[in-house]
Amino acid sequence: MSKEMDSCVKPAAGPLVKEVPQEGPQVQKEVKMVTARVGKPAPDFEASAHIAGEGFKNVRLSDYRGKWVVLCFYPGDFTFV
Amino acid sequence: MKELGVEVLSVSTDSRFTHKIWHEEELSKMVEGGIPFPMLSDQGGRIGTVYGVYEEAAGVDIRGRFIIDPDGVIMAMEVLTPEVGRNVAELIRQVKAYQHFKATGEVTPSGWQPGKPTLKPGPALVGKVWKEWKPEMAF
Repeated sequence: MSKEMDSCVKPAAGPLVKEVPQEGPQVQKEVKMVTARVGKPAPDFEASAHIAGEGFKNVRLSDYRGKWVVLCFYPGDFTFV
Repeated sequence: MKELGVEVLSVSTDSRFTHKIWHEEELSKMVEGGIPFPMLSDQGGRIGTVYGVYEEAAGVDIRGRFIIDPDGVIMAMEVLTPEVGRNVAELIRQVKAYQHFKATGEVTPSGWQPGKPTLKPGPALVGKVWKEWKPEMAF
């Protein structure tokens, strides 16, 4: 059948943020700030993905460096609009 | 989008398993040939949070769309609440405008469409835009 093998849930990293020098307990909260700004580098991330015909794969934004990318967020599968 | 050399990535907080089934059950019937781009999973909304589109109360990413250039810089963003869908023609127009700018250095005035006049930014144009472009050209 298909070669779409998948390991059991291997977590994708989510936002990939450079390490900031630790100053104290406040640092944990910094990672969750909005860092995407127009005119600034897009925050890199890794996400698990479904690709039709290829199955499941972890994908990083930086994989696409050198190409134009349109990143489309939407509220949910099986919803109306 | 492929003709323009653009990679599309869609993202929602659904798992990759839900994406697979949605694609098989509905999308592949709406779109000929199925969905050609990766459908990403942002469970927990971590990615949506750094992009400013994660709505914590509902636990979903709202309708944000980002155009990112080949150097990884965000060129444009448009964010809508879930009720209203996007205008793909506008997305294509913007991508073409940015690609034109990157290729030629010419900037695109309001309402630009491929083939319409562009402007060459520089000191000579200061105060002289009215000679090159009129507001009626935006429509």
